[in-house]
Amino acid sequence: MGLPIKRKVGVIGAGLTRFMRRANETGRELSFFAAKEALKSSGLRYSDIESVVMSSAPDAFDGVHMKGEYLADGAGGFNRPYVRAFVGGGSGVFSIIHGWYMVASGMYDTCIVVAEEKMSSCMPHPQAAFNSIYDHTLERPLGVNLLWIFALEMNRYMTKHKISLEEIALVSVKNKKNAMNHPSAQLAKETSVEEVLKSEIMAWPVHRMMVSPTSDGAGALILASEDVARRVSEKPVWIEGVGWNLDTSYWTNRDLYYPDYVEKAARMAYEMAGIKDPRKEIHIAEPYDPFAYKELHHLEGLLLADRGQAPKLLAKGYFDKDGELPASPSGGLLGVGNPIAAAGIMKLCELFWQIRGEAGKRQVARPVKRGVAQAWGDLMQVGTVVVMGV
Amino acid sequence: MTPEIVRGRELSKDEFDKLPKVIFHPKAQYAYDCGNAINRYLEGLKNGKILAVKCHKCHRVLVPPRSFCEQCYVPVDHWVEVKDSGIINTFSISYVSADVTRLKEPQLPAVIDIDGASPGIGIMHMLGEVKPKEIKIGMKVKAVWKPAAERTGAITDIKYFKPA
Repeated sequence: MGLPIKRKVGVIGAGLTRFMRRANETGRELSFFAAKEALKSSGLRYSDIESVVMSSAPDAFDGVHMKGEYLADGAGGFNRPYVRAFVGGGSGVFSIIHGWYMVASGMYDTCIVVAEEKMSSCMPHPQAAFNSIYDHTLERPLGVNLLWIFALEMNRYMTKHKISLEEIALVSVKNKKNAMNHPSAQLAKETSVEEVLKSEIMAWPVHRMMVSPTSDGAGALILASEDVARRVSEKPVWIEGVGWNLDTSYWTNRDLYYPDYVEKAARMAYEMAGIKDPRKEIHIAEPYDPFAYKELHHLEGLLLADRGQAPKLLAKGYFDKDGELPASPSGGLLGVGNPIAAAGIMKLCELFWQIRGEAGKRQVARPVKRGVAQAWGDLMQVGTVVVMGV
Repeated sequence: MTPEIVRGRELSKDEFDKLPKVIFHPKAQYAYDCGNAINRYLEGLKNGKILAVKCHKCHRVLVPPRSFCEQCYVPVDHWVEVKDSGIINTFSISYVSADVTRLKEPQLPAVIDIDGASPGIGIMHMLGEVKPKEIKIGMKVKAVWKPAAERTGAITDIKYFKPA
């Protein structure tokens, strides 16, 4: 890679709101709650914050154009250098990358990263807000809906590797169970493969319980330069590597069974972190799981399982909370909920708490020194990856 | 430390339904220019043909056609006709519409790798004249066109693809 990284960046605080189907609070209020919680845990005051990164997915959810500006006050964006980071569903994990180079570059010593989503405003269902991501001339006239792309990708992935629906359903079972110990969780539940497969078929092979919910919620992280982090925090967690990558929007010309762009983003982050063998050197993973198969697909893209082998490892308990490589110990989007950008921050919060040994009942069995979080988005195009560790 | 209590109050469905609603009908119309390549593609569809371009550098035959190869980053202007048949790369059986209202008759979207284009080069379209349970990845399919007089130069000039 190009220039050496100028400065080490630490994460010193994290905060989340509850994730819920319909929040009483506005997006600004949710952002404020999460940001205040993160500040409180960091030991910094609001006046110590030098730069602000905000992240939120499509404006169409809220029906507020230039939502970044509308939300800015809730993130403490007033009178400070402020930027909205946006790459669709990958935005949450991308936002900390944006915050990282604010600090790594030497421009600022501190940065607050806030992500918010309020999907409930869009009626009757926010999915319709996604339709204009498709090509206006060649795809939209066919009456597309967002579930199709997941169903098409899932079917390709399952067929290519001869993966069964039962194997995929196990992801929902694991994540919803992990979420039972998460204070923000919206869909925590003890469930079974049978129950998941009995749930309504939305767009075959996607069943309802394999889909993350629509959610309202916010999350925030506080970043600081090494000097500041060591001074104010007893246990800073370092951002060791960042990576992101975008594939072509000609999605019908790509083989959807494997997310190349996630692998490229992961390799970038691993190289920066000095990781040679991710399966040995990474202790927990928070892969993006808006749909059950996505977690497996992404674990393969992150090089944490061979292609087509993630379902076999899952079935053996390898990715369980007490397994060799716990995946989505938070409960993931399937269990905690999916306020799009905020869900990415929730995954980063989980790395922060797990690495500090502060995840309470969710704390995984094995010792955790390093974790990876990943998000995905746009037209099945973008991978965003962050490695954090001590 | 993970906080034990997180903030935020969830509204009940009842409370939510009572919220003041803003109904926004912008009556937005967008006139999309299709550009050099897609205009020619649409003209081909009007004539019952699927047109593609071939990149002189990577030699891929690409559909939908494009003015430049996104991989080689060079202009492409070598046009070829490909077949109106192909194989199902992947498909879904969708019981929900875009706004998640439920459908009695499922929609059958698919990615179809077009015969004559390079391997793995496909388009999205719909399947028809097939029982959902009989659809398989790898199945051969053929375009069912609208009658010539009804074609307008649109992707919907192909009604759907049916088993060949």
